[in-house]
Amino acid sequence: MRGLTFDIAHLLAGTLVLVSFLELYQDRLYALLNTFALHAFVLALSVAWQAYIQNAPHLYVTAAIALVFKAIIIPVALHRIIVRLGIHREIEKVVGVGSAMLLGMGLVALSMVVMLRVTAEADPLAREDLAFALSVVLLGLLMMVTRRNAVSQIVGFMSLENGLVLAATGAKGMPLVVEISIAFSILIAFIVIGIFLFRIRERFDTVDLQALDRFRGERG
Amino acid sequence: MVLVALGGTAALMATAALALTFAQAARARHLVYGVCLATSLVLLAIGLIALLGIHANPSVTTLPLGIPWLGAHFRLDALSAFFLVVVNLGGAAASLFALGYGRHEHAPRRVLPFYPAFLAGMNIVVLADDAFTFLVSWEFMSLSSWALVMAHHRIADNVRAGYLYLIMASFGTITLLLTFGLLAGPDGGYAFDDIRAAHPSTTLAASVLILALIGAGSKAGLVPLHVWLPLAHPAAPSHVSALMSGVMTKVAVYGLVRIVFDLIGTPAWWWSMVVLALGGVTAVMGVLYALMQHDLKRLLAYHTVENIGIIFIGLGLALAFKAYGMAWAAALALTAGLLHVFNHSVFKSLLFFGAGAVLTSTGERDMEHLGGLIHRMPQTAFVFLVGCAAISALPPLNGFVSEWLTFQAILLSPQLPSWGLKLLVPAVGALLALSATLAAACFVKAFGVTFLGRVRTSAAENAHETDRFSLAAMFFLAALCLVAGILPGAFIDALAPVAQGLVGDRMPVQSNVDWLSIVPIAESRSSYNGLLVFVFMVLSGVLAAWAIHRLASDKLRRAPPWDCGYPEASPATQYTASSFAQPIRRVFGSVVFRAREHVEMPSPGDTRPARFTVELHDLVWDTLYAPIAGGIGFAADKLNHLQFLTIRQFLSLVFAALVLLLLVLAIWP
Amino acid sequence: MAVIFDFAVQGAQMLLVLLLAPLLTGFTRKVKARLLLRRGPAVIQPYRDLVRLMRKEVVLAENASWLFRVSPYLIFAATWVAASLVPTFRTGLLFSWSADLIAIVALLGSARFFLALAGLDVGTSFGGIGSSREVMIASLAEPAMIMIIFTLALIAGSTQLSTMAGFLVSPEVGLRVSLGLALLALIMVAIAENARIPVDNPATHLELTMVHEAMVLEYSGRHLALIELSASLKLLLYVSLISCLFVPWGLVPPGAPNGLLVIGLLAYIAKLAIGGLLLALFETSIAKMRVFRVPEFLGAALMLGLLATLLRFVSRSM
Repeated sequence: MRGLTFDIAHLLAGTLVLVSFLELYQDRLYALLNTFALHAFVLALSVAWQAYIQNAPHLYVTAAIALVFKAIIIPVALHRIIVRLGIHREIEKVVGVGSAMLLGMGLVALSMVVMLRVTAEADPLAREDLAFALSVVLLGLLMMVTRRNAVSQIVGFMSLENGLVLAATGAKGMPLVVEISIAFSILIAFIVIGIFLFRIRERFDTVDLQALDRFRGERG
Repeated sequence: MVLVALGGTAALMATAALALTFAQAARARHLVYGVCLATSLVLLAIGLIALLGIHANPSVTTLPLGIPWLGAHFRLDALSAFFLVVVNLGGAAASLFALGYGRHEHAPRRVLPFYPAFLAGMNIVVLADDAFTFLVSWEFMSLSSWALVMAHHRIADNVRAGYLYLIMASFGTITLLLTFGLLAGPDGGYAFDDIRAAHPSTTLAASVLILALIGAGSKAGLVPLHVWLPLAHPAAPSHVSALMSGVMTKVAVYGLVRIVFDLIGTPAWWWSMVVLALGGVTAVMGVLYALMQHDLKRLLAYHTVENIGIIFIGLGLALAFKAYGMAWAAALALTAGLLHVFNHSVFKSLLFFGAGAVLTSTGERDMEHLGGLIHRMPQTAFVFLVGCAAISALPPLNGFVSEWLTFQAILLSPQLPSWGLKLLVPAVGALLALSATLAAACFVKAFGVTFLGRVRTSAAENAHETDRFSLAAMFFLAALCLVAGILPGAFIDALAPVAQGLVGDRMPVQSNVDWLSIVPIAESRSSYNGLLVFVFMVLSGVLAAWAIHRLASDKLRRAPPWDCGYPEASPATQYTASSFAQPIRRVFGSVVFRAREHVEMPSPGDTRPARFTVELHDLVWDTLYAPIAGGIGFAADKLNHLQFLTIRQFLSLVFAALVLLLLVLAIWP
Repeated sequence: MAVIFDFAVQGAQMLLVLLLAPLLTGFTRKVKARLLLRRGPAVIQPYRDLVRLMRKEVVLAENASWLFRVSPYLIFAATWVAASLVPTFRTGLLFSWSADLIAIVALLGSARFFLALAGLDVGTSFGGIGSSREVMIASLAEPAMIMIIFTLALIAGSTQLSTMAGFLVSPEVGLRVSLGLALLALIMVAIAENARIPVDNPATHLELTMVHEAMVLEYSGRHLALIELSASLKLLLYVSLISCLFVPWGLVPPGAPNGLLVIGLLAYIAKLAIGGLLLALFETSIAKMRVFRVPEFLGAALMLGLLATLLRFVSRSM
């Protein structure tokens, strides 16, 4: 039974890497948001499973945050913002899909090598989960670097953060995981707001609410 | 034994000398090629006898030729015997082919003397047992093949090809000279026995490996040293092209195997990474280059590069297993590589003979001027098809067996402890799989555009079947492809003494396995039975044909093909070689060759035709060779000034050199 | 006696795949039609089509060569031999050791080789379109397949299909990441190799959207019947392959009592039905891709296969 437990944990971590690759493959914005929602959902499942096998009930809170905030609220909010601001819905890429996949493969290989050599004395199953987590972080970074679209860079950053949460929950007994998750989520919210403030200022040359109201056409 | 072999090569040299004098005589061609055929068969028999162990020990001899205190050592052990078989099988087939093909040669004086010399040179390289004999015969082989490449020197392309070949061959020989110099050490022990006894340090051994890879690899066609191969191989007459691609590249592989597996001693593990990486890149680059070609012989030459890559992958795996002491796995990988050496020499020679037959029959080498030859040259088309199927690794022919064995060797590699190898071997496996599939695509293109479809030009319209000597050579090689595919166990067992000598172990005895299957490791793991697969396919086909004959209607009617409503479509509307390769060019070529397509449409009302341009950049040439050539040109220009100095300035140069040497002598501790 | 029984089982397997292949195709078409709110053809319509084609006269293009007439038999022979070697209701078939999974893939490759040549034979542009696109798709699908074979061979310790199936049904296998990746990659490769949506549309009549259909455009009569049967056999082969590797419960091992063979047979037919249903569902819920998006799709499959192999090399437990 112990073997099956760890196999499921591995499977969920591996699925997270797979969904990161899936994010790299997308070239339309709404599809990318759906894929990110899937990413956060798989993370929530993985964290919940870790909570079950480590008997750490505070991790259930982290899973709930991942599910509610990242899988539901942020994708929906981003979807509405994209519609409102009329952001270009096709993602321009710096490198093609094939090259991005090859680079992603190289990054996964690199993180395997690094993690499995550095943590030579630790429990073998935890090491492989850490290697997967590092892969997700690197793939998130790759996404940020190879996309020209602001929303896709946000999604890349959030995937990166998902990888960090996976690493934190995979290592048994790490303290303050819940607090760190909340802090990261607030950080992300501020980054999203900041990016859109930039966009609004670029588009309308001001962030003054009175001036924006005039553009909305409600006041005189 | 080895003395008999040497006698054979002496006979070849004598023929060469005679041909020099009597080349224009009426029967000269028949005499020369006939003697070559007979001698090659004798040498083939000697090689087989030595390989199958009928004569127990490696036989050695020393002749009082060459350097006085060294002499000329010759040795016939298992590895030499195997390569003697490969060389002389190719030589015999080429001589048989040339008996018929040679009548179309309009400059026999430039071909007939050098052909036996070329064969003799290759045989002596394989038999050489000391560095001096090896290098002299290697150079002799290069020079005689260069003379054959320059046989049709009125064509400008051939002259350029010959020039590049001479440069690359000299470069390779210099590197090999350095290799043997390092191996022999300061005492000058050039005999291979002395080199085997010496134990070089690790840095020395590493330098020897790199230099040997450059030297032998450039002759074999490793990327990035392959640039001369696709220019020089097609320029020579077709039977010589077959020898150069099918046999001379294998002699280069022999040189590498001899140096790296026999003379250096125990390898370090990272050497295999270099060889594997080079092999993988060579395989994929070679086949991608081949897919972009529409000249039939150049396509075949680039394809040789791919197969050399596959051989090097097998050799790299053998090195890795040998470095970690897994001798049984090393034997599997080495057998896979060497079996591919044999298979490739057989089907590549077959394909070049077919290209030669097409060339003499139509006068065209460009596939896009041919087409529909299957109706006009049915027998050539049939054997060419067998060659294409064999090289695409389709069961039950022989190409599949060596590829299958290489895959089985790759599946053993997770047991290697090194991290670098754990990451490199799956990548190389993917490259090998990719190159195998692209090779099939390449040969669908080569056969389909040349032989199938409708006739594109009048040259193809007037084609006729070739003579019976050429056909005999081609049918013999095609039959050998089938036999090697159906009975691979015999060939694997024949290679066992070679593996035993080089890596210390052998594959399981195949003749003990039931039903003539081959079993690379153990019965429970994997097995393959070429004969049964062949029998099953034949039975299923016959059963289907019989059932159709009984149950279905047998009426048949000829009609024009489906033309979508546009009748009388000209043959120019069918797919050409470039159009066939367009999807692959777009997928792979846009990255590897920076391939771009431009269409220039004339404005409305203008009656000029539209123009379609395909742009391909050879990145290896642009990044490696063009800067070096440019640099040499620049240096030569600057140094040219030295020709125009006054007498006083020349004297001051001499004076400065003298003073400098005296200074060095004074300061050197 | 046991040898004769084994021969009979092998022969029954060969006959079974031949008889069930058109049924699978017909069932898939029926489910697709129903999902599109049409009545659709009868499930046995492919059998009627084959009989009808057999009775028709062959119309041959004027410049078609002997290769064009022989290819359907070669393609059928290669595909039938490959399909007979995949365990359907029983592992350890008499001749399963003569060709392992790599050889089965190579047999399908030779069928494709001759099909592409036949497309080029008549010398029209339609055949050229089909052949050139087919070899492009194959140049990515076959390496992906070989990577999948490597992954499975590294897990099961052998490339023989019977040994693999036997290992994967035993409890030691566990849930592995590489198996999941290999399954996903195999499904993508199967869709590409069988010319299904989103890679190719088997029901199209527009030449510019054809890949497989364009290569066989000139075939008619009994030749076309053989080629259609080979295509159905190939679909059956891939569905059987996926079920024997990833859903291996129900496969009867060699030493078991003969009564279990009936259960194995029923399990196999159930697996085929579920496979056909899932395929039809997938095809109706997704659109066909542009030709030059197919390399991205198959490149992703190749990467998945490579990742799965890499994981097997790097860690023995993944």
